[in-house]
Amino acid sequence: MSAMPTPASTPEPSRSKAAGPMVEAIGVRKSFGAVEVLSGIDMTILPREVVCLLGPSGSGKSTLLRCINHLEKLSGGRILVDGELIGYRERGDRLHELGSAELARQRRDIGMVFQRFNLFPHLDVVGNITQAPMLIKGESRAEATRRAHELLEIVDLAGKANAYPHQLSGGQQQRVAIARALAMRPKLMLFDEPTSALDPELVGEVLAVMKRLALEGMTMLVVTHEMGFAREVADRVIFMDRGVVVEQGTAADVIARPRHDRTKAFLKRVL
Amino acid sequence: MTTTAGEAGVGRSDDVRDKRIVPRRNWGEWILAALLMLGVGGFALLVASSPNVAWSAIGEYLFDPTIIEGIKLTLLFTVLAMVISIVAGVVIAMMRLSSNPVLSGFASVYIWFFRGTPLLVQIIFWFNIQLFIPSIDIGPIHLETNTLISAFTAALLALSLNETAYMAEIVRGGLLAVDKGQSEAATALGYTPFQTLTRVVLPQALRVIIPPVGNQTISMLKTTSLVSVVAAQDLLTRVQNIYAKNFLIIELLLVASIWYLVMTTVASLVQGWIERRLGQSESEPPRLWRAFRRLSAAMGSKG
Ligand SMILES: Nc1ncnc2c1ncn2[C@@H]1O[C@H](COP(=O)(O)OP(=O)(O)O)[C@@H](O)[C@H]1O
Ligand SMILES: [Mg+2]
Repeated sequence: MSAMPTPASTPEPSRSKAAGPMVEAIGVRKSFGAVEVLSGIDMTILPREVVCLLGPSGSGKSTLLRCINHLEKLSGGRILVDGELIGYRERGDRLHELGSAELARQRRDIGMVFQRFNLFPHLDVVGNITQAPMLIKGESRAEATRRAHELLEIVDLAGKANAYPHQLSGGQQQRVAIARALAMRPKLMLFDEPTSALDPELVGEVLAVMKRLALEGMTMLVVTHEMGFAREVADRVIFMDRGVVVEQGTAADVIARPRHDRTKAFLKRVL
Repeated sequence: MTTTAGEAGVGRSDDVRDKRIVPRRNWGEWILAALLMLGVGGFALLVASSPNVAWSAIGEYLFDPTIIEGIKLTLLFTVLAMVISIVAGVVIAMMRLSSNPVLSGFASVYIWFFRGTPLLVQIIFWFNIQLFIPSIDIGPIHLETNTLISAFTAALLALSLNETAYMAEIVRGGLLAVDKGQSEAATALGYTPFQTLTRVVLPQALRVIIPPVGNQTISMLKTTSLVSVVAAQDLLTRVQNIYAKNFLIIELLLVASIWYLVMTTVASLVQGWIERRLGQSESEPPRLWRAFRRLSAAMGSKG
């Protein structure tokens, strides 16, 4: 990944309405049945900030991410993205869940990249990238396709425009998935272990794309076990365990000088 | 092909290639086959030489205008029942998969009821519906159920409602075969639930749904004959009307059978063609979907 072509055009840096935080989670709780998975999460992410979310498996990292774009309903607390309450409308002292059209509108601005890529197998690479902008934002096919080719250059897949997902390696699929999310021009990108399903030799190419995205000013929340990436790219690291934030700080602080025993135990395992 | 020197193989491969291969004969199978031919031939001879079958009547009635009208109606029943049941089947399947207990409960009961009672009973039931709902009154509107539910509507209603139950199960199987990550990815991109269904889930479910729908259609061509009990003027009804007058029962049933065979054979050929175009390999959804889109584009441009 040394010599990547200079992109024809970079994704626009996130445009935020309010001057305040991009993400604000306040006392977020989430239970599945009787099991509480998130027990009061407070978290703030500023515009253009890159935050890595660390924690052992089952600690609630994916659930927290999925609450931010309301793939999961909250059991308590609230989440604001760019100043807008996600998933609910406040009326008096009640929160009413939004309808599906309203939820869809909120989700357009929040990109998400999954561990298992989840590309649409019945569409080729360009189809995967252009369907959402055309369908949801009403972009013309010409405009969406032009943008798709730009994005493919950014993720270093210019030659694969007409390939189908099953013809691509995992690393290539994940980069298409990133391009697909960027095509909606999100102001926030959520990554849920984007490299965990990849063969080790393919991890680097995906991290390189994410790093470039970070450098261009995208606001990112990244769940990852890649400590090298966290150290190098993250402005801040949050360590979660059993549904609570245990500690947070700069990558250097948390990874090199963890204060809590749980953090120390976790880092000993992953480093 | 170069000989990669195994000790025994060197220099002998050419001799081996030249020898003729004699497959082993399975005499038991051959004897059975001969007996079978004898039996079938004998029966055919018996039927053909029967003085009680007026063979010329078959040719006479094969293209009779009444029979052709009956075929048209049989085809109409098949097409309408399939179209209605596919659309309704998608709806019932989605209700069945809904998290709302009333919706999924209704769908379960629907499927249970219509799969669990004979179609013949359902046809007769709808035909006689005026017995317990003599008329429909909505404000000033007064409708005699008798005029509303003709033999045609009763037959179509019964066929469609019944087929919907089977279709719902086929569609549900197709929807469940699509990975949950697909609808999550679409939802996260900002698709509405309807867009997710029509643009992401259904296109992928089709690969599972289309083959059994083909089988159901072929089956429906024959099932429509049941509507003859309410004299719905399908092929079998016409045939029955004719032989009620001239008593050429066997001859006219043969005429009907010939036409049913023609229709199911053509339908099977079409099904085979569609399935080949969709790709033989289940493991290649992309090629399959591309082919399907080509197919629907081609059909669209003709229409
Ligand atoms: N849909 C669900 N239903 C029930 N339990 C769930 C569901 N999703 C996650 N969980 C549980 O919530 C806990 C946290 O899961 P998750 O957020 O995926 O953790 P992480 O991503 O940190 O590994 C786990 O114990 C998991 O089993
Ligand atoms: Mg997870």
